[in-house]
Amino acid sequence: MTELVRKRPEFRNINALKDLPSYRLPAAGIVSILHRISGFLMFLLMPLFIWLFDNSITSEISYAKLSAAFGIGIGFVPGWFFKLLALALIWAYLHHFIAGVRHIYMDAFHAVTKEFGKSSAVATLVLSLGLTAVLGAKLFGLY
Amino acid sequence: MSSVNYGSKRIVTGAGYGFRDWLAQRVTAVLMALFTVVLLAQVIFTSGPIGYEEWAGIFASQWMKVLTFSVIIALLYHVWVGMRDIWMDYVKPLALRLALHVFTLVWLVGCAGWAVQALWRL
Repeated sequence: MTELVRKRPEFRNINALKDLPSYRLPAAGIVSILHRISGFLMFLLMPLFIWLFDNSITSEISYAKLSAAFGIGIGFVPGWFFKLLALALIWAYLHHFIAGVRHIYMDAFHAVTKEFGKSSAVATLVLSLGLTAVLGAKLFGLY
Repeated sequence: MSSVNYGSKRIVTGAGYGFRDWLAQRVTAVLMALFTVVLLAQVIFTSGPIGYEEWAGIFASQWMKVLTFSVIIALLYHVWVGMRDIWMDYVKPLALRLALHVFTLVWLVGCAGWAVQALWRL
């Protein structure tokens, strides 16, 4: 190694606030951490999801109440807030699902080259964000 | 390896469950993915608008109830492995991690019970 080569920055004892913001994550890394974050988010929103499921199938009245929740809201919580939570759930599920399929595909077909890692990661992000946009537009009544 | 392996110094992870849980996450994932496809297909191929009758009707049949129940149980295991991994990676103090594990399990079992109750109200 010549003295002209800049010493590469070393990352030991990674401090979340000092080091992580300056660290460039590759596409596959972004997909990976979002996979974890989306899973955690769904874990937190699980009661909401079950509340939606419960009210949607219990009776006509609860179903109507649920539809109203997304329109007018319930109590002090406005309708658009429920839609926002639903959108978060939609994104979380789509990303987690597609990234998960990518995992299983790489496991099953041993597709573990660096190039495939990048291309599949980009495809995951495009597909999940694209579908979220489409479903979100439908949810918010844009079409 | 520490020479002290009891009390608060005891290593409580890595007890040979790695492969089992790795495989279980994938198997449950595949089951849930198939369920998603089955449900989506039923929704997409319903002619006309979907109101309460059509939607609740999907979950009225016994086979759909059994399938949904299996998916709820699969989800339990799948989420448990994922959350345990998260706590294991970021929470080093043992007492706090144990408390979070207990909270996670109670949360999951409670949610599963609620979902099953809703399912069998039909």
